[in-house]
Amino acid sequence: MAAFKHPQILIASNLTDGEVVFLGPLGWERDHRRARVAQNAEEAAALEALGKRDISANRVVDVYLADVEIGKDGAPTPLHYRERMRVRGPSVRLDLGKQAAASGGAP
Amino acid sequence: MALISDGRFVEDPWRRLADEEALPKTGKVIVSLPRLQHALEVLAPESALGVIVPNTTEPSALIEALPRLQLISISFPAFSDGRGFSLARLLRRAGFKGELRASGRLVADQYSHAVGCGFDAIEIPDDLAERQDEEQWRAAFNAYAMSYQRGYAGRGSILEARRRAVRS
Amino acid sequence: MTAVDLRMAQRPNAPMTTYRYDEYDAAFVRERVAEFREQVRRRLSGALTEEEFRPFRLMNGLYLQLHAYMLRVAIPYGTLTARQMRRLADIADQWDKGYGHFTTRQNLQYNWPKLVDTPDIMEALADVEMHAIQTSGNCIRNVTADHFAGVAPDEIEDPRPTAEFLRQWSSLHPEFSFLPRKFKIAVTGAEHDRAAIMVHDVGLRIVKNDKSQIGYQVVVGGGLGRSPFIGKVVGDFVPREDLLAFLEAIMRVYNRFGRRDNKFKARIKILVHEKGIEEIRAAVEAEFAAMDRSVFSHDPAEFERIAAFFAPPPYETLPAASSAMGAAKLETPAFANFVDVNVSAHKIPGYAIVTVSLKPIGGVPGDATSEQMRVLADASERFGFGELRVSHEQNIILPHVKQDDLFALWRMLDAAGLATANAGLVSDIISCPGLDYCALATARSIPIAQAISKRFSDMSRQRRIGKLGIKISGCINACGHHHVGAIGILGLEKKGQESYQITLGGDPTFSASIGEILGPGVTAEQAPDVIEHLVDFYLAERQEGEAFIDTWRRLGHSRFKDVLRREGEDGADI
Repeated sequence: MAAFKHPQILIASNLTDGEVVFLGPLGWERDHRRARVAQNAEEAAALEALGKRDISANRVVDVYLADVEIGKDGAPTPLHYRERMRVRGPSVRLDLGKQAAASGGAP
Repeated sequence: MALISDGRFVEDPWRRLADEEALPKTGKVIVSLPRLQHALEVLAPESALGVIVPNTTEPSALIEALPRLQLISISFPAFSDGRGFSLARLLRRAGFKGELRASGRLVADQYSHAVGCGFDAIEIPDDLAERQDEEQWRAAFNAYAMSYQRGYAGRGSILEARRRAVRS
Repeated sequence: MTAVDLRMAQRPNAPMTTYRYDEYDAAFVRERVAEFREQVRRRLSGALTEEEFRPFRLMNGLYLQLHAYMLRVAIPYGTLTARQMRRLADIADQWDKGYGHFTTRQNLQYNWPKLVDTPDIMEALADVEMHAIQTSGNCIRNVTADHFAGVAPDEIEDPRPTAEFLRQWSSLHPEFSFLPRKFKIAVTGAEHDRAAIMVHDVGLRIVKNDKSQIGYQVVVGGGLGRSPFIGKVVGDFVPREDLLAFLEAIMRVYNRFGRRDNKFKARIKILVHEKGIEEIRAAVEAEFAAMDRSVFSHDPAEFERIAAFFAPPPYETLPAASSAMGAAKLETPAFANFVDVNVSAHKIPGYAIVTVSLKPIGGVPGDATSEQMRVLADASERFGFGELRVSHEQNIILPHVKQDDLFALWRMLDAAGLATANAGLVSDIISCPGLDYCALATARSIPIAQAISKRFSDMSRQRRIGKLGIKISGCINACGHHHVGAIGILGLEKKGQESYQITLGGDPTFSASIGEILGPGVTAEQAPDVIEHLVDFYLAERQEGEAFIDTWRRLGHSRFKDVLRREGEDGADI
C-alpha cells in the first residue's frame, strides 16, 4: 500500500444525477465540509470499503480517495486543483455548481 | 455456463471437452483449437464436432475443417472486444453453415449485434445469467424492428424495405 | 406575443432543405429511446453494472464528467432546422441550466443532465428527429461535413447526402459497435476543406475524375490527441456505388487488427503508422475484393432519395450585389465591419453566408443560452429558410441570407449579443471545455481563451492581424484541435500547477500540418503575453497578404522560438 501522506476524503459521483458526493459519517454528502476525513491508512481503507459497498448498491460510481488539508475551520480542502474544481464548480460560471449553492444561488 | 438461443435459456446439447480429457466416441463435444487437428484425425467423419477458438483466429486456419465442424464457438475475452463479430462474419462468408456461438461475458444488449453477424447462440457465465435474465435477452433482441445495414442476418433491412416500397 | 413574434412563428410550408425522417428513421430513434430507457432502469436496479452499462451509456452520448453527467446531442453534419434549435433551447431550460455548448464535431453538449432524466430528454429529441446516438463510445461517431455545404462557391458536390448516407449505415452497426476505439469520419466536397478531413480516422474528399464522374478520395489514419497524424490516401478514386463496401472493408480491417492492448494506441492512425499505409491499403483492397458487393448494388437509388432532401431552397433571382446592403454599410460602420468579417460569399447571386460568432469577447467559446438559441432559430426562419449549421469552429452558420436582409439580421443578432464581428480572427478561439467541465482534462482551457480574447478585444487591431486560428485543448486528447491551430495551446499539469504548452504552424485544411512545440510550458498569467509577443512579431515580419501561418512557414519555427528566447533574456520567467 502506498505510504499515507495526507489526510484523505472519499469522493464519488452520485449515480442518479452525477453530482459530486463525499462520504460523510451518515452517508454521502453533497457538501465536502461534511466529509469524513481519514487520518491514517486504516481509516482510508475503511472508507474505500464503504465506497465499494455503495458501488455494489448502485448508489455511486467512480469512487476514489483524495488528499486534503484541514483548514482552520476544520473543513477538508483538496490538495489537487482538479478536486478543488469538483468541490466548487466551473471557474468560468460562478453561478453554477456547488459554489452557487454555497453562496445562496441556484445550484 | 448458460446458453441463450432464440431469446430463451436452453439446455446445451454440447459439452466442452477439457484438453486433458480423452476424446469420446459419441456425443457432441467442443474441443479447443490446438486439439482440433487431432480430433479430426481420430473421430469418424459423421461425428458431431465443435471447436472453441480465440477471437483472433484467422479464418484460413479453419477453412479445411469447416465441412467437418457442426459448431464453432468464438471466445469474447471482454464484451467490449468486438473482434468476434468480424470473425463470425468471415466464417459465414467462408461458407460455414453450422452453429456459431459467441462465448463470454456478453450482455443482452449485444444480442442483436451477435445475431446480425451470424451467431446462432450466446453462451455466458452463470453469474451473468443471474443478472441478465431471459426477459432482458428477449427484450434486447426485439428492441428494433429493423436495421439500417444490408447483408447482415437478423432483423429486416430498412434499405430493403424502402426499395420494396419504391417498386410497389 | 407581439405582431413581430407572430410573424416569426414557424411557417408550416417552409421548404425542406435537409434530410427528414421517414417512418423507418422515426421508428428507429423511438426504439432507441425505449432501449435506453430500459438500460437506465436495469442500471438503477443493478441488473447492469456500471462497467456493463458504460459502453451503452456512451453510445447514447452520455458521459460522466467533473461535476455532473454530460449529454452530447448529435447534430448530423452540423445541420439543423429552426424547430430543432428551439427544441434544444427547451431542453436546456427544462432539464439543464439554460445553456448548451457547441462542439468541435458540430454537436451540442449539455453539462448538467441527470441520468434519470436522460430517457425523457431523448424522447424530446426524437420528437424533432434528433438523437444522441453514437456521439461517444467505441463506434462510428457523428459524420461531420463542411459547414458551408450546399452554398459555397467552391463546391464540387454537397457532402451532406454522403454524410447522411453514412450516418444511417453506421447506426447500430452489428459488426462495428465494439471497435478498439472511437471512429470519426468527415466529408468535404469543395476545393477548400472546411471539415478537417486530413485529421480524421477516415476523411472523404468528393472529387470528379476526368470523365466528370463523382467519386471519393479516401484518406485514413488522421487524428489528433496523444499521437497526432495526418491521414494518408488509401483509395484514390472510389466510385459512389463502392463507397459503403470500401468503408466496410476499412472498418473490418480496423476491427480485426486495431490494437486493443493499450487504450492510447488503439486508433486506426496507430495501425496505419505501425503497419505502414501500403500494408493497410493491401489489407483493405483484399477485403474489398473478397466481399459480396452485390449486396450494396442498389445503394445508388437510396443515395438519390437522400440527396433529394438537400436540393437548393427556392432562391430568388437577385442582382449580385445588394445596394441596400451597400448603403447600410456606409451608414453604420459596425455593420460594415460585420459584413467584412463574418459574411462569406454565396454561390447564388445576391445571397450571403453568415457566420454567427459564439465567441463574444471574454465569453465562453461555443456556449449559447437558450434565449440565444431561440433568437438563432427565429433569425433562420426570418432570413434563411429555417436552416442553421454548426461549424467545427464552434460557431453557428446561417447559410441562406439575402444580402438585402443582412442589416436587419445584424440588428437582430446584435440585440441578442450574437453580433461579435470576429469570425476567423484572433479572438475567434476554439476551445474545448477543459477542466472547468471535463473529467479527462489536465488543465483549464476556457479562462485562457477568455484572457487572450480580452487582450485582443480591440476590433481594429484584430482586423489588422487578420485570419489567425488559435485552438486550445485542456488535455492531450486534443478536443480543442490544438495540433492544427496556427497557434495551438495545450493545457497540462506541471508540478501541481496548470501549465500551457504552445505550438505553432498547425493547419487543418488540405495543406494539413501538425503544430510544432514552441518551448517549455508557460503559466496561465503568461499565456496572453506570449501570444501577444508572437502576434506582434508576425505583424512586424509579415509580407503582403500573408496570414500568420504563411509567415511562420516562410520564416521557420526557430525565428519564432527566438521571440520567446529574447523575452527570457529580458528576465521574463519563461
